[in-house]
Amino acid sequence: MSPSDSLSHAALAPQLSAAPVARSAASAVAATPIAIDIRKLALTYQTADGPVVALSEIDLSVRRGEFVSFIGPSGCGKTTLMRVIADLATPTAGEVAVNGVSPGAARLARAYGYVFQAPALYAWRNALRNVMLPLEIMGMPAAERRARAEKYLGMVGLAGFERKHPWQLSGGMQQRVSLARALAFEPDLLLMDEPFGALDEITRDHLNEQLLRLWQQTQKTVIFVTHSISEAVFLSGRIVVMSPRPGRILEIIESRLPAARGLDVRETPGFLEVAHRVRQALRAGHSYDD
Amino acid sequence: MTTDAVTIPALPRAFGVDLLTQRVVPVAAVVALILVAWYALAVWLNSPQVIERLGGAEGSWSTQELLRGCWSMERPVLPAPHQIAQDLYQSVFGTPIDSKRSLVFHAGVTVSATVLGFAFGAVLGILLAVGIVHLGVLDRSLLPWIIASQTVPILAIAPMIVVVLGNVGLSGLLPKAIISMYLCFFPVTIGMVKGLRSPDPLQLDLLRTYSASPAQVFWKLRWPAATAFLFASLKVAIAVSLVGAIVGELPTGAQAGLGARLLSGSYYGQTIQIWSALIMASLVGVALVYIVGGVERAVTRAQGGGR
Amino acid sequence: MRLRLADLLAPALMAAGLVAPIGSQGWTAPALGCAVAALAGAALSLRRWNRALEHGLSLLALFLGACAPLIVLQGPGPFGVEAPGLWLFLGGWTLLLWLRLEALARLPGRGVATLVAPALFGVAVLYLWQVLVVGFAVPQVLLPSPAQVGHVLATRMDILWPDFRQTFLKAVLAGFALGSALGFVVAVVADRIPFLKRGLLPLCNLLSAMPIVGIAPIMVMWFGFDWQSKAAVIVVVTFFPMLVNTLAGLASADAMQRDLMHCLAAGYAQTLAKLRLPTALPFIFNALKINSTLALISAIVAEFFGSPILGLGFRISTEVAKLNVDVVWAVIAIAALAGSMFYGLIAAVERACTFWHPSYRS
Repeated sequence: MSPSDSLSHAALAPQLSAAPVARSAASAVAATPIAIDIRKLALTYQTADGPVVALSEIDLSVRRGEFVSFIGPSGCGKTTLMRVIADLATPTAGEVAVNGVSPGAARLARAYGYVFQAPALYAWRNALRNVMLPLEIMGMPAAERRARAEKYLGMVGLAGFERKHPWQLSGGMQQRVSLARALAFEPDLLLMDEPFGALDEITRDHLNEQLLRLWQQTQKTVIFVTHSISEAVFLSGRIVVMSPRPGRILEIIESRLPAARGLDVRETPGFLEVAHRVRQALRAGHSYDD
Repeated sequence: MTTDAVTIPALPRAFGVDLLTQRVVPVAAVVALILVAWYALAVWLNSPQVIERLGGAEGSWSTQELLRGCWSMERPVLPAPHQIAQDLYQSVFGTPIDSKRSLVFHAGVTVSATVLGFAFGAVLGILLAVGIVHLGVLDRSLLPWIIASQTVPILAIAPMIVVVLGNVGLSGLLPKAIISMYLCFFPVTIGMVKGLRSPDPLQLDLLRTYSASPAQVFWKLRWPAATAFLFASLKVAIAVSLVGAIVGELPTGAQAGLGARLLSGSYYGQTIQIWSALIMASLVGVALVYIVGGVERAVTRAQGGGR
Repeated sequence: MRLRLADLLAPALMAAGLVAPIGSQGWTAPALGCAVAALAGAALSLRRWNRALEHGLSLLALFLGACAPLIVLQGPGPFGVEAPGLWLFLGGWTLLLWLRLEALARLPGRGVATLVAPALFGVAVLYLWQVLVVGFAVPQVLLPSPAQVGHVLATRMDILWPDFRQTFLKAVLAGFALGSALGFVVAVVADRIPFLKRGLLPLCNLLSAMPIVGIAPIMVMWFGFDWQSKAAVIVVVTFFPMLVNTLAGLASADAMQRDLMHCLAAGYAQTLAKLRLPTALPFIFNALKINSTLALISAIVAEFFGSPILGLGFRISTEVAKLNVDVVWAVIAIAALAGSMFYGLIAAVERACTFWHPSYRS
């Protein structure tokens, strides 16, 4: 068993799992390196109407191999926080370390893959060439690029669709190509900004299952921004609940569901309990107020 | 290595400072660069003649004399900017308006043809657009020809139109206005067709649920939706109409108008005159487009749009 | 089977034309034969057989109906106001044409089918032009008939081809290529240096309002009378649309795609080559299409200001002075054809390069 697998098992509550708990659970957790370290992060930007505090006093640590969700109402800063990690936005105070270096250095080292809300595919390239884009930028030789791209398209279930152009694919398929593109250069870290938000629920559920399987297969660190409580609880090990502007972390909720879970887990009491706690945290943070 | 979270106070955003850095300074810098290059080019192009006049390669003349000579020739190959400015000032403010040497007079002649042609062209364009949108026949049969008509270099047949109409007895304003009309109906037609077809299908469906007649749909939905497109095309049309009026003055050796001024300048080698006529023409063009833009702003505000 | 008033009016007018006076000679036998056959065809097509038969009969009727006045006009005149019958017949024929165009407009079709209606319209316009000019004895100086223009095109190629070569193949192509290339390069540089872009754009708007053909005499002074001065004018004229459109195109990549490039740590050159240039292509082709027509017009007008003994513009201005209006129209026809084909070529290349653009999807 790999370290991340033992980690997820170690985090299980005894009454939910029949799997044996690793004896060295505590030391395994302590030994796992920290992928993202955020301390006292704040971001204020200037608008015509004065300064707007997007993030204030964010403290968070994410370990390698974790699946962490950020959830909160619109405008709570979850996307801004992820953009700071990705070096797409600059904080006005505080510190961020990605793999021990600054976000800028991590970006230049191509340490993460970013999946946007929209597929952001290039219409003039077919699916295969879209997935090959990061590899071209990195200067990988052609044959290797092709092999990698085909592998990852297969991994997201789109084998056979290599020569299709984006407009020939459905929304869900386009988003899967976008995911394959983010995986293609094999970064350790995946940053996903509401990737399934624009899709219908059935496609979304299907892609949730696929993403979970992929994560378990590749053991990457995933930061996942979402609006959907059930998605956050289904996918993640930890759920970071954020408050409306100014963005603060209200609560970090652990979700210990069995590793081999399908969509049906959403009807189990354990799932509902965690979802309930998330909703309570959101309500306490005034997310449901007028 | 932690820092306390600090909120940064808002910088006062003075309107003037923004305008200065974003607009005025870059434009001024580019203009300055162009002027420097112009003066240099004037020296380069005029020097052969000036050197000749100063005594040839063997004669003794200073650089200062050369520069002064290059920048104050009477018939320079390339006039210096200050020469053009002087001539402009002289022809606009220094001569009485009804004199044949006043640029204001010439501009007036050209502008009258421009505006008349523009009016004809705009009306024609709008009528054609309304027809094309409402009658399928015109859409399929006529629209391709309208697009093809733009490849007919109308400016090329300007001489013919002027001469032919002159033979029939129509001269002066009308032939030029016809040329301008031909040039400017096309952008108006295309723009209006796009604009009249721009309402969202959902909005058209809504009106259908109200059993609105085509005329009602036109006046309540299509026409207001088309105003933005209309004004964009009108701005293009008036600029093009000006070009048409100017070219219409070329063929028959017309006596009045900016085109005539260009032509006479070119016949008599009066380069400074050519340049001032050109600059006057562009100033007139910019002014006309600005006026159309002003009307657009007023209409948009009346419709509730705007900042 | 519903008959509209117009459906009945067309044959009625044609029939009326057959009985009304039609000039001294009247309907000769062949003309009468064609006219009656056309009338019969028009009446039969009212019956709504199947679609294809209806179209076929109408088109046949139109064709025969077109022949009749042509045959009549061969005879001695005078026509004009003394031949109301002819004009009644023609009026009915035009109405028949309009109805047929309406029916063709309703044809669902893509590709070649969409060309049928405008082609028919174009041919009909030429035909009516011919008939009206001959029928009303319009002086050739005012408006020559298509037949006369065609005659010039067929016989005077000895002077028209060198003119075309001078204006189009030399001045237009050279000026177009150089001006568009310059506009593109300056746009890429200005994109890299935002300060330059902010300074240059307002000036470009000012300069594009200027009637640039006015610099033709100045260019003649600098570059001489030959095609180089005309090419210089074209360079200036085509520079600005290319610059403005390329700048707009380079700015058109959306924020998310640019963020993606940022995340992938792509440099400026890579982002330009892989993202911003492909996104700018539709704008660049838009400018190229505009420039193609501008180039031709500018070349011809520039030649009005002075040219050696060659050139389409030169030919127009000299033949106008000699009142050989048919030659002028022939030159215009050549210019229009060349311009359309140039435009069409660019549109075809555009389709191949920007097949992915939403505007190509229905």
